Amino acid sequence: MMAAAIGMFREDVMASYSTNEFKGGLKIMMDGDPCSIIENEFVKPGKGQAFNRVKIRNLMTGRVLEKTFKSGESVEGADVHETEMQYLYTDGEFWYFMDPETFEQVSADAKALGDAVKWLKEQDVCTLTLWNGSPIIVEPPKFVVLNVTDTDPGLKGDTSGSGGKPATLETGAVVRVPLFVQIGEAIKVDTRSAEYVSRAKED
Amino acid sequence: MKATESWRPSASLETLRARAGLLTGVREFFQRRGVMEVETPVCSRFGVTDPAIESFTTRYAGPAAPPGRTLYLHTSPEFPMKRLLAAGAGPIYQICKVFRGGELGAKHNPEFTLLEWYRPGFDHHRLMDEVAELVNSLMPHQLEVEKLTYAEVFRQALQLDPHTATLAELRRCAREVPIPGAAELELVQADAWLDLLLTHVIEPQLGRARMTFLYEYPASQAALARIIPSSPPLAERFELYLAGVEIANGFNELTDAQEQRNRFEQENSERSEQSLAQIDMDLHLLAALEAGLPACAGVALGIDRLLMQITQKACIEEVLSFGFERA
Repeated sequence: MMAAAIGMFREDVMASYSTNEFKGGLKIMMDGDPCSIIENEFVKPGKGQAFNRVKIRNLMTGRVLEKTFKSGESVEGADVHETEMQYLYTDGEFWYFMDPETFEQVSADAKALGDAVKWLKEQDVCTLTLWNGSPIIVEPPKFVVLNVTDTDPGLKGDTSGSGGKPATLETGAVVRVPLFVQIGEAIKVDTRSAEYVSRAKED
Repeated sequence: MKATESWRPSASLETLRARAGLLTGVREFFQRRGVMEVETPVCSRFGVTDPAIESFTTRYAGPAAPPGRTLYLHTSPEFPMKRLLAAGAGPIYQICKVFRGGELGAKHNPEFTLLEWYRPGFDHHRLMDEVAELVNSLMPHQLEVEKLTYAEVFRQALQLDPHTATLAELRRCAREVPIPGAAELELVQADAWLDLLLTHVIEPQLGRARMTFLYEYPASQAALARIIPSSPPLAERFELYLAGVEIANGFNELTDAQEQRNRFEQENSERSEQSLAQIDMDLHLLAALEAGLPACAGVALGIDRLLMQITQKACIEEVLSFGFERA
Protein backbone atom coordinates (compact mmCIF):
# COMPACT_ATOMS: atom_id res chain seq x y z
CA MET A 1 0.00 0.00 0.00
CA MET A 2 1.41 3.37 -1.06
CA ALA A 3 0.24 5.29 1.97
CA ALA A 4 2.10 2.97 4.28
CA ALA A 5 5.40 3.36 2.45
CA ILE A 6 6.71 6.10 4.72
CA GLY A 7 6.28 3.83 7.71
CA MET A 8 8.14 0.87 6.23
CA PHE A 9 11.50 2.37 7.03
CA ARG A 10 10.80 2.99 10.67
CA GLU A 11 12.80 0.76 12.94
CA ASP A 12 10.68 1.11 16.07
CA VAL A 13 10.11 -2.21 17.78
CA MET A 14 6.62 -2.19 19.23
CA ALA A 15 5.99 -3.43 22.71
CA SER A 16 3.97 -6.56 23.15
CA TYR A 17 1.06 -6.61 25.54
CA SER A 18 -0.01 -9.39 27.88
CA THR A 19 -3.73 -10.08 28.23
CA ASN A 20 -3.49 -8.41 31.65
CA GLU A 21 -2.88 -5.10 29.84
CA PHE A 22 -5.94 -5.48 27.60
CA LYS A 23 -8.46 -2.68 27.81
CA GLY A 24 -10.69 -0.65 25.54
CA GLY A 25 -8.63 1.47 23.14
CA LEU A 26 -5.43 -0.63 23.26
CA LYS A 27 -3.92 -0.99 19.77
CA ILE A 28 -2.65 -4.44 18.82
CA MET A 29 -1.62 -6.27 15.64
CA MET A 30 -3.94 -9.03 14.46
CA ASP A 31 -3.43 -11.02 11.26
CA GLY A 32 -1.12 -8.28 9.97
CA ASP A 33 -3.55 -5.42 10.53
CA PRO A 34 -3.61 -2.80 13.28
CA CYS A 35 -6.64 -3.26 15.52
CA SER A 36 -8.20 -1.48 18.46
CA ILE A 37 -9.67 -3.37 21.41
CA ILE A 38 -13.30 -2.42 21.96
CA GLU A 39 -14.22 -4.76 24.80
CA ASN A 40 -12.27 -7.21 26.93
CA GLU A 41 -14.05 -9.89 28.94
CA PHE A 42 -12.25 -12.03 31.51
CA VAL A 43 -13.70 -15.57 31.43
CA LYS A 44 -12.69 -18.20 33.96
CA PRO A 45 -14.41 -21.19 35.47
CA GLY A 46 -13.98 -21.36 39.25
CA LYS A 47 -11.65 -24.28 38.81
CA GLY A 48 -10.08 -24.08 35.38
CA GLN A 49 -8.40 -22.27 32.53
CA ALA A 50 -8.75 -18.48 32.27
CA PHE A 51 -9.42 -16.77 28.93
CA ASN A 52 -9.74 -13.23 27.60
CA ARG A 53 -12.55 -12.86 25.15
CA VAL A 54 -12.10 -9.63 23.23
CA LYS A 55 -14.00 -7.60 20.66
CA ILE A 56 -11.61 -5.88 18.28
CA ARG A 57 -12.02 -3.35 15.49
CA ASN A 58 -9.75 -3.88 12.52
CA LEU A 59 -8.64 -0.30 11.81
CA MET A 60 -7.91 -1.05 8.13
CA THR A 61 -11.32 -2.50 7.30
CA GLY A 62 -13.45 -1.11 10.13
CA ARG A 63 -14.76 -4.63 10.73
CA VAL A 64 -15.46 -5.78 14.27
CA LEU A 65 -14.36 -9.28 15.16
CA GLU A 66 -14.14 -11.43 18.27
CA LYS A 67 -11.19 -13.41 19.45
CA THR A 68 -10.36 -15.55 22.46
CA PHE A 69 -6.90 -15.60 24.04
CA LYS A 70 -5.52 -17.77 26.80
CA SER A 71 -4.98 -15.45 29.76
CA GLY A 72 -1.32 -14.58 30.16
CA GLU A 73 -0.54 -14.78 26.40
CA SER A 74 1.11 -11.78 24.75
CA VAL A 75 0.28 -10.05 21.48
CA GLU A 76 2.24 -7.55 19.42
CA GLY A 77 1.29 -3.92 19.91
CA ALA A 78 0.46 -1.68 16.94
CA ASP A 79 2.16 1.71 16.50
CA VAL A 80 -1.09 3.61 16.13
CA HIS A 81 -1.86 7.09 17.35
CA GLU A 82 -4.25 9.90 16.62
CA THR A 83 -3.15 13.39 15.70
CA GLU A 84 -4.73 16.64 14.53
CA MET A 85 -3.65 17.77 11.07
CA GLN A 86 -4.64 20.48 8.68
CA TYR A 87 -6.03 19.48 5.29
CA LEU A 88 -4.03 21.11 2.47
CA TYR A 89 -5.15 19.86 -0.93
CA THR A 90 -5.73 16.82 -3.12
CA ASP A 91 -4.14 15.83 -6.41
CA GLY A 92 -7.04 13.49 -7.08
CA GLU A 93 -5.16 10.41 -5.96
CA PHE A 94 -3.93 11.47 -2.54
CA TRP A 95 -5.09 13.95 0.05
CA TYR A 96 -2.32 15.94 1.76
CA PHE A 97 -2.32 16.95 5.42
CA MET A 98 0.12 18.96 7.50
CA ASP A 99 1.04 18.89 11.16
CA PRO A 100 0.46 22.55 12.15
CA GLU A 101 3.38 22.49 14.59
CA THR A 102 6.10 20.59 12.76
CA PHE A 103 4.86 21.32 9.23
CA GLU A 104 5.45 17.64 8.47
CA GLN A 105 3.17 16.45 5.67
CA VAL A 106 1.48 13.11 5.10
CA SER A 107 -0.68 11.83 2.27
CA ALA A 108 -3.78 9.70 2.69
CA ASP A 109 -5.42 7.53 0.04
CA ALA A 110 -9.14 7.28 -0.73
CA LYS A 111 -9.48 4.19 1.49
CA ALA A 112 -8.20 6.09 4.55
CA LEU A 113 -10.47 9.01 3.69
CA GLY A 114 -13.65 6.99 3.30
CA ASP A 115 -16.72 9.16 3.89
CA ALA A 116 -14.61 12.03 5.24
CA VAL A 117 -13.90 13.07 1.66
CA LYS A 118 -17.28 14.73 1.26
CA TRP A 119 -16.64 17.14 4.18
CA LEU A 120 -13.02 18.11 3.50
CA LYS A 121 -12.37 21.78 3.04
CA GLU A 122 -8.89 23.23 2.75
CA GLN A 123 -7.44 24.55 6.03
CA ASP A 124 -9.86 22.51 8.16
CA VAL A 125 -8.28 20.54 11.00
CA CYS A 126 -8.99 16.78 10.86
CA THR A 127 -8.18 13.93 13.23
CA LEU A 128 -5.86 11.42 11.54
CA THR A 129 -5.14 7.93 12.82
CA LEU A 130 -1.56 7.09 11.88
CA TRP A 131 -0.18 3.56 11.72
CA ASN A 132 3.62 3.48 11.52
CA GLY A 133 3.38 7.15 10.62
CA SER A 134 0.92 6.79 7.73
CA PRO A 135 -2.74 7.78 7.81
CA ILE A 136 -5.23 4.91 7.89
CA ILE A 137 -8.29 6.81 9.11
CA VAL A 138 -9.24 10.43 8.49
CA GLU A 139 -12.00 11.97 10.56
CA PRO A 140 -13.38 15.36 9.51
CA PRO A 141 -14.07 18.07 12.11
CA LYS A 142 -17.35 17.41 13.98
CA PHE A 143 -18.75 20.62 12.49
CA VAL A 144 -17.88 22.14 9.12
CA VAL A 145 -18.96 25.34 7.45
CA LEU A 146 -19.61 24.90 3.73
CA ASN A 147 -21.17 26.96 0.95
CA VAL A 148 -24.39 25.87 -0.73
CA THR A 149 -23.68 25.49 -4.44
CA ASP A 150 -27.07 24.22 -5.50
CA THR A 151 -30.56 23.99 -4.06
CA ASP A 152 -34.16 24.59 -5.21
CA PRO A 153 -34.85 28.33 -4.75
CA GLY A 154 -38.12 27.17 -3.18
CA LEU A 155 -40.78 29.47 -1.83
CA LYS A 156 -39.37 32.52 -0.18
CA GLY A 157 -41.44 33.45 2.81
CA ASP A 158 -42.37 29.91 3.69
CA THR A 159 -40.54 29.67 7.00
CA SER A 160 -42.50 26.81 8.51
CA GLY A 161 -39.57 24.72 7.32
CA SER A 162 -41.44 21.49 7.79
CA GLY A 163 -40.02 19.33 5.05
CA GLY A 164 -36.80 21.01 4.05
CA LYS A 165 -35.06 20.37 0.75
CA PRO A 166 -31.81 18.87 -0.49
CA ALA A 167 -28.83 21.19 -0.90
CA THR A 168 -25.54 20.43 -2.63
CA LEU A 169 -22.48 21.83 -0.85
CA GLU A 170 -19.13 22.97 -2.26
CA THR A 171 -17.53 19.63 -1.43
CA GLY A 172 -20.23 17.67 -3.24
CA ALA A 173 -22.04 16.53 -0.07
CA VAL A 174 -25.82 16.69 -0.13
CA VAL A 175 -27.72 17.56 3.06
CA ARG A 176 -31.30 18.46 3.85
CA VAL A 177 -31.69 22.15 4.68
CA PRO A 178 -34.66 24.36 5.65
CA LEU A 179 -36.50 25.97 2.77
CA PHE A 180 -35.09 29.45 3.49
CA VAL A 181 -31.49 28.43 2.75
CA GLN A 182 -30.34 29.77 -0.60
CA ILE A 183 -27.53 29.17 -3.06
CA GLY A 184 -24.34 30.98 -2.02
CA GLU A 185 -25.08 30.87 1.71
CA ALA A 186 -22.67 29.22 4.14
CA ILE A 187 -24.17 26.64 6.50
CA LYS A 188 -22.89 24.69 9.49
CA VAL A 189 -23.21 20.88 9.23
CA ASP A 190 -22.72 18.14 11.83
CA THR A 191 -20.50 15.63 9.98
CA ARG A 192 -21.37 12.72 12.33
CA SER A 193 -25.05 12.79 11.39
CA ALA A 194 -24.70 14.69 8.07
CA GLU A 195 -27.36 17.09 9.34
CA TYR A 196 -27.79 20.83 8.90
CA VAL A 197 -27.20 22.74 12.15
CA SER A 198 -27.62 26.42 11.30
CA ARG A 199 -26.75 29.19 8.91
CA ALA A 200 -23.11 30.12 9.43
CA LYS A 201 -22.54 33.52 11.01
CA GLU A 202 -21.47 36.19 8.55
CA ASP A 203 -17.90 37.20 9.27
CA MET B 1 -10.54 7.50 38.13
CA LYS B 2 -10.06 10.59 40.26
CA ALA B 3 -10.27 10.25 44.04
CA THR B 4 -13.00 12.88 44.01
CA GLU B 5 -15.09 10.27 42.15
CA SER B 6 -13.67 6.96 43.34
CA TRP B 7 -14.38 7.54 47.04
CA ARG B 8 -18.02 6.79 46.25
CA PRO B 9 -19.41 3.23 46.53
CA SER B 10 -19.59 1.22 43.30
CA ALA B 11 -22.93 -0.25 44.45
CA SER B 12 -26.10 1.76 45.02
CA LEU B 13 -27.35 1.99 48.60
CA GLU B 14 -30.44 0.08 47.46
CA THR B 15 -28.21 -2.80 46.32
CA LEU B 16 -26.29 -2.69 49.61
CA ARG B 17 -29.62 -3.05 51.43
CA ALA B 18 -30.38 -6.07 49.21
CA ARG B 19 -26.96 -7.50 50.19
CA ALA B 20 -27.72 -7.08 53.88
CA GLY B 21 -31.11 -8.76 53.31
CA LEU B 22 -29.46 -11.63 51.45
CA LEU B 23 -26.98 -12.28 54.27
CA THR B 24 -29.79 -12.20 56.83
CA GLY B 25 -31.79 -14.63 54.68
CA VAL B 26 -28.87 -17.05 54.48
CA ARG B 27 -28.30 -16.97 58.25
CA GLU B 28 -32.01 -17.53 58.95
CA PHE B 29 -32.10 -20.46 56.51
CA PHE B 30 -29.24 -22.25 58.27
CA GLN B 31 -30.47 -21.37 61.75
CA ARG B 32 -33.82 -23.03 60.95
CA ARG B 33 -31.92 -26.13 59.84
CA GLY B 34 -29.56 -26.34 62.78
CA VAL B 35 -26.40 -25.62 60.78
CA MET B 36 -23.80 -23.80 62.88
CA GLU B 37 -22.04 -20.66 61.68
CA VAL B 38 -18.24 -20.84 62.03
CA GLU B 39 -15.21 -18.66 61.33
CA THR B 40 -11.80 -19.97 60.26
CA PRO B 41 -8.47 -18.17 59.65
CA VAL B 42 -8.06 -16.00 56.56
CA CYS B 43 -4.26 -16.33 56.73
CA SER B 44 -2.68 -19.76 56.74
CA ARG B 45 0.83 -21.18 56.49
CA PHE B 46 -0.49 -23.67 53.90
CA GLY B 47 -1.98 -22.84 50.53
CA VAL B 48 -3.97 -24.30 47.67
CA THR B 49 -2.07 -26.39 45.12
CA ASP B 50 -4.70 -26.12 42.32
CA PRO B 51 -2.71 -24.65 39.37
CA ALA B 52 -5.78 -22.70 38.20
CA ILE B 53 -5.99 -20.78 41.49
CA GLU B 54 -3.49 -18.10 42.45
CA SER B 55 -3.14 -17.29 46.16
CA PHE B 56 -2.25 -13.93 47.61
CA THR B 57 0.50 -14.08 50.20
CA THR B 58 1.34 -11.79 53.06
CA ARG B 59 4.04 -11.76 55.73
CA TYR B 60 3.89 -11.92 59.46
CA ALA B 61 6.87 -11.10 61.71
CA GLY B 62 6.67 -10.92 65.49
CA PRO B 63 6.22 -13.22 68.45
CA ALA B 64 6.45 -16.89 67.36
CA ALA B 65 8.00 -15.92 64.02
CA PRO B 66 10.91 -13.52 64.63
CA PRO B 67 12.44 -13.83 61.12
CA GLY B 68 8.98 -13.53 59.57
CA ARG B 69 6.73 -16.10 57.94
CA THR B 70 4.88 -16.15 54.62
CA LEU B 71 1.15 -16.68 54.97
CA TYR B 72 -1.38 -17.52 52.26
CA LEU B 73 -4.70 -15.67 52.19
CA HIS B 74 -7.38 -18.31 51.81
CA THR B 75 -9.00 -18.82 48.40
CA SER B 76 -11.82 -20.74 50.11
CA PRO B 77 -12.31 -21.80 53.75
CA GLU B 78 -12.51 -25.47 52.72
CA PHE B 79 -9.49 -26.95 54.51
CA PRO B 80 -10.06 -25.55 58.04
CA MET B 81 -13.80 -26.26 57.76
CA LYS B 82 -13.00 -29.91 57.02
CA ARG B 83 -10.77 -29.92 60.08
CA LEU B 84 -13.77 -28.75 62.11
CA LEU B 85 -15.85 -31.57 60.58
CA ALA B 86 -13.14 -34.11 61.50
CA ALA B 87 -13.23 -32.70 65.03
CA GLY B 88 -16.96 -33.52 65.19
CA ALA B 89 -18.48 -30.07 64.55
CA GLY B 90 -21.50 -31.47 62.68
CA PRO B 91 -23.17 -29.40 59.91
CA ILE B 92 -21.44 -26.01 59.56
CA TYR B 93 -21.50 -22.95 57.34
CA GLN B 94 -19.36 -19.88 56.88
CA ILE B 95 -19.75 -16.54 55.10
CA CYS B 96 -16.35 -14.98 54.44
CA LYS B 97 -14.21 -12.92 52.11
CA VAL B 98 -11.82 -15.03 50.02
CA PHE B 99 -8.94 -13.88 47.82
CA ARG B 100 -7.75 -14.94 44.37
CA GLY B 101 -4.96 -13.36 42.35
CA GLY B 102 -5.27 -12.62 38.64
CA GLU B 103 -9.07 -12.57 38.56
CA LEU B 104 -10.79 -9.32 37.63
CA GLY B 105 -13.67 -8.72 35.25
CA ALA B 106 -17.42 -8.26 35.05
CA LYS B 107 -17.91 -11.48 37.06
CA HIS B 108 -14.64 -11.53 39.03
CA ASN B 109 -13.18 -9.44 41.82
CA PRO B 110 -9.90 -10.43 43.51
CA GLU B 111 -11.65 -10.50 46.89
CA PHE B 112 -15.19 -11.78 46.99
CA THR B 113 -17.70 -13.27 49.41
CA LEU B 114 -18.20 -17.03 49.60
CA LEU B 115 -20.88 -18.92 51.45
CA GLU B 116 -19.53 -22.37 52.13
CA TRP B 117 -21.32 -25.16 53.93
CA TYR B 118 -20.86 -28.83 54.78
CA ARG B 119 -23.41 -31.52 55.47
CA PRO B 120 -22.20 -34.72 57.15
CA GLY B 121 -24.32 -37.65 55.93
CA PHE B 122 -25.43 -35.89 52.71
CA ASP B 123 -24.28 -36.97 49.27
CA HIS B 124 -23.94 -34.40 46.46
CA HIS B 125 -27.47 -35.02 45.17
CA ARG B 126 -29.04 -34.27 48.54
CA LEU B 127 -26.84 -31.20 48.83
CA MET B 128 -27.89 -29.99 45.35
CA ASP B 129 -31.49 -30.16 46.62
CA GLU B 130 -30.56 -28.04 49.63
CA VAL B 131 -28.71 -25.51 47.43
CA ALA B 132 -31.88 -25.21 45.32
CA GLU B 133 -34.02 -24.71 48.44
CA LEU B 134 -31.67 -22.01 49.74
CA VAL B 135 -31.52 -20.18 46.40
CA ASN B 136 -35.30 -20.34 45.97
CA SER B 137 -35.74 -18.94 49.49
CA LEU B 138 -33.59 -15.94 48.45
CA MET B 139 -34.67 -15.26 44.84
CA PRO B 140 -37.57 -12.91 44.18
CA HIS B 141 -39.23 -15.64 42.04
CA GLN B 142 -39.24 -19.41 42.43
CA LEU B 143 -37.12 -21.16 39.84
CA GLU B 144 -37.56 -24.62 38.40
CA VAL B 145 -34.64 -26.94 39.03
CA GLU B 146 -32.90 -28.90 36.30
CA LYS B 147 -30.06 -31.41 36.74
CA LEU B 148 -27.90 -32.32 33.76
CA THR B 149 -24.72 -34.35 33.58
CA TYR B 150 -21.53 -32.84 32.16
CA ALA B 151 -21.68 -35.45 29.39
CA GLU B 152 -25.30 -34.63 28.54
CA VAL B 153 -24.67 -30.93 27.94
CA PHE B 154 -21.62 -31.60 25.75
CA ARG B 155 -23.54 -34.16 23.74
CA GLN B 156 -26.54 -31.87 23.29
CA ALA B 157 -24.62 -28.71 22.44
CA LEU B 158 -21.65 -30.13 20.57
CA GLN B 159 -22.29 -33.82 19.78
CA LEU B 160 -19.11 -34.55 21.71
CA ASP B 161 -18.30 -37.02 24.48
CA PRO B 162 -16.24 -34.96 26.97
CA HIS B 163 -14.95 -38.07 28.73
CA THR B 164 -13.39 -39.72 25.68
CA ALA B 165 -12.70 -36.90 23.18
CA THR B 166 -9.04 -36.56 22.21
CA LEU B 167 -7.11 -33.27 22.15
CA ALA B 168 -7.39 -33.19 18.35
CA GLU B 169 -11.16 -33.74 18.46
CA LEU B 170 -11.62 -31.01 21.06
CA ARG B 171 -9.50 -28.56 19.05
CA ARG B 172 -11.43 -29.34 15.87
CA CYS B 173 -14.73 -28.92 17.71
CA ALA B 174 -13.66 -25.48 19.03
CA ARG B 175 -12.65 -24.42 15.51
CA GLU B 176 -15.87 -25.65 13.96
CA VAL B 177 -18.21 -23.98 16.49
CA PRO B 178 -16.47 -21.59 15.70
CA ILE B 179 -14.73 -20.01 18.67
CA PRO B 180 -12.74 -17.14 17.09
CA GLY B 181 -9.05 -17.60 17.78
CA ALA B 182 -9.38 -21.32 18.62
CA ALA B 183 -7.04 -22.24 15.77
CA GLU B 184 -4.16 -20.31 17.36
CA LEU B 185 -4.83 -21.27 20.98
CA GLU B 186 -2.13 -23.35 22.60
CA LEU B 187 -3.85 -25.47 25.20
CA VAL B 188 -2.00 -28.63 26.08
CA GLN B 189 -4.59 -30.25 28.32
CA ALA B 190 -7.95 -31.70 27.30
CA ASP B 191 -9.46 -30.02 30.37
CA ALA B 192 -8.44 -26.56 29.11
CA TRP B 193 -10.26 -27.27 25.80
CA LEU B 194 -13.27 -28.50 27.76
CA ASP B 195 -13.14 -25.26 29.81
CA LEU B 196 -13.02 -23.27 26.56
CA LEU B 197 -16.04 -25.06 25.10
CA LEU B 198 -17.94 -24.95 28.39
CA THR B 199 -17.41 -21.23 29.01
CA HIS B 200 -17.90 -20.07 25.41
CA VAL B 201 -20.62 -22.35 24.09
CA ILE B 202 -22.43 -24.21 26.85
CA GLU B 203 -22.54 -21.94 29.90
CA PRO B 204 -24.49 -19.12 28.23
CA GLN B 205 -27.35 -21.62 27.70
CA LEU B 206 -27.42 -22.91 31.30
CA GLY B 207 -29.81 -21.68 33.97
CA ARG B 208 -32.05 -19.71 31.61
CA ALA B 209 -35.15 -18.84 33.71
CA ARG B 210 -34.32 -21.85 35.86
CA MET B 211 -31.60 -23.29 38.07
CA THR B 212 -29.33 -25.68 36.23
CA PHE B 213 -27.07 -28.08 38.10
CA LEU B 214 -24.26 -29.72 36.14
CA TYR B 215 -22.88 -32.88 37.73
CA GLU B 216 -20.68 -35.93 37.05
CA TYR B 217 -17.53 -34.09 36.02
CA PRO B 218 -14.54 -35.75 34.34
CA ALA B 219 -12.29 -37.36 36.96
CA SER B 220 -9.49 -35.01 35.83
CA GLN B 221 -11.63 -32.11 37.10
CA ALA B 222 -12.52 -33.72 40.41
CA ALA B 223 -10.66 -31.14 42.54
CA LEU B 224 -11.65 -32.36 46.03
CA ALA B 225 -14.57 -34.56 45.02
CA ARG B 226 -14.81 -38.33 45.31
CA ILE B 227 -14.30 -40.24 42.09
CA ILE B 228 -16.58 -43.14 41.19
CA PRO B 229 -14.34 -45.80 39.61
CA SER B 230 -16.80 -46.35 36.73
CA SER B 231 -15.88 -46.40 33.06
CA PRO B 232 -15.21 -43.59 32.42
CA PRO B 233 -14.41 -42.58 36.03
CA LEU B 234 -16.68 -39.72 37.17
CA ALA B 235 -16.16 -37.06 39.80
CA GLU B 236 -19.00 -36.52 42.25
CA ARG B 237 -18.80 -32.79 41.71
CA PHE B 238 -21.55 -30.32 40.77
CA GLU B 239 -21.94 -26.71 39.74
CA LEU B 240 -24.98 -24.45 39.84
CA TYR B 241 -25.72 -22.02 36.99
CA LEU B 242 -28.15 -19.09 36.98
CA ALA B 243 -28.66 -17.11 33.77
CA GLY B 244 -25.45 -18.48 32.25
CA VAL B 245 -23.32 -17.65 35.30
CA GLU B 246 -21.51 -20.14 37.55
CA ILE B 247 -22.86 -19.60 41.06
CA ALA B 248 -21.79 -22.58 43.17
CA ASN B 249 -19.42 -25.54 43.14
CA GLY B 250 -19.92 -28.60 45.34
CA PHE B 251 -18.50 -32.02 46.03
CA ASN B 252 -19.30 -35.30 47.58
CA GLU B 253 -16.13 -34.78 49.58
CA LEU B 254 -13.01 -36.84 49.24
CA THR B 255 -12.25 -38.32 52.67
CA ASP B 256 -9.28 -40.56 51.79
CA ALA B 257 -6.06 -39.01 53.16
CA GLN B 258 -3.72 -40.88 50.80
CA GLU B 259 -5.76 -39.98 47.74
CA GLN B 260 -5.83 -36.34 48.90
CA ARG B 261 -2.03 -36.34 49.29
CA ASN B 262 -1.66 -37.82 45.78
CA ARG B 263 -3.82 -35.06 44.33
CA PHE B 264 -1.84 -32.32 46.10
CA GLU B 265 1.39 -33.83 44.73
CA GLN B 266 -0.10 -34.20 41.25
CA GLU B 267 -1.18 -30.54 41.28
CA ASN B 268 2.23 -29.40 42.44
CA SER B 269 3.86 -31.33 39.59
CA GLU B 270 1.44 -29.65 37.14
CA ARG B 271 2.56 -26.37 38.72
CA SER B 272 6.20 -27.19 37.90
CA GLU B 273 5.28 -28.01 34.30
CA GLN B 274 3.55 -24.63 34.01
CA SER B 275 6.46 -22.86 35.76
CA LEU B 276 4.22 -21.88 38.67
CA ALA B 277 5.43 -21.66 42.27
CA GLN B 278 5.19 -24.77 44.42
CA ILE B 279 2.66 -24.47 47.23
CA ASP B 280 3.08 -26.04 50.65
CA MET B 281 0.34 -28.66 50.85
CA ASP B 282 -1.94 -28.40 53.86
CA LEU B 283 -0.55 -30.92 56.36
CA HIS B 284 -3.26 -30.03 58.87
CA LEU B 285 -5.92 -31.12 56.38
CA LEU B 286 -4.09 -34.38 55.62
CA ALA B 287 -3.79 -35.11 59.36
CA ALA B 288 -7.50 -34.37 59.82
CA LEU B 289 -8.37 -36.80 56.99
CA GLU B 290 -6.13 -39.40 58.65
CA ALA B 291 -8.01 -38.85 61.91
CA GLY B 292 -11.28 -39.31 60.01
CA LEU B 293 -13.46 -36.91 58.04
CA PRO B 294 -17.10 -38.03 58.22
CA ALA B 295 -18.70 -38.79 54.85
CA CYS B 296 -20.11 -35.44 53.79
CA ALA B 297 -20.97 -33.13 50.94
CA GLY B 298 -19.90 -29.49 50.79
CA VAL B 299 -20.49 -26.52 48.53
CA ALA B 300 -19.16 -23.00 47.98
CA LEU B 301 -21.58 -20.39 46.66
CA GLY B 302 -20.61 -16.94 45.37
CA ILE B 303 -22.71 -14.45 47.31
CA ASP B 304 -21.80 -11.53 45.02
CA ARG B 305 -22.88 -13.41 41.89
CA LEU B 306 -26.11 -14.54 43.54
CA LEU B 307 -26.77 -10.92 44.49
CA MET B 308 -26.10 -9.92 40.85
CA GLN B 309 -28.90 -12.32 39.85
CA ILE B 310 -31.29 -11.09 42.56
CA THR B 311 -30.72 -7.41 41.76
CA GLN B 312 -30.28 -7.93 37.98
CA LYS B 313 -26.80 -6.38 37.80
CA ALA B 314 -24.42 -7.23 34.96
CA CYS B 315 -21.18 -6.25 36.68
CA ILE B 316 -19.86 -7.53 40.01
CA GLU B 317 -18.69 -4.10 41.17
CA GLU B 318 -22.32 -2.98 41.10
CA VAL B 319 -23.02 -5.30 44.04
CA LEU B 320 -19.80 -4.55 45.98
CA SER B 321 -19.61 -1.53 48.29
CA PHE B 322 -16.25 -0.78 46.69
CA GLY B 323 -15.07 -2.75 43.65
CA PHE B 324 -11.38 -3.41 43.04
CA GLU B 325 -10.62 -0.05 41.40
CA ARG B 326 -12.13 1.79 44.37
CA ALA B 327 -10.68 -0.42 47.10
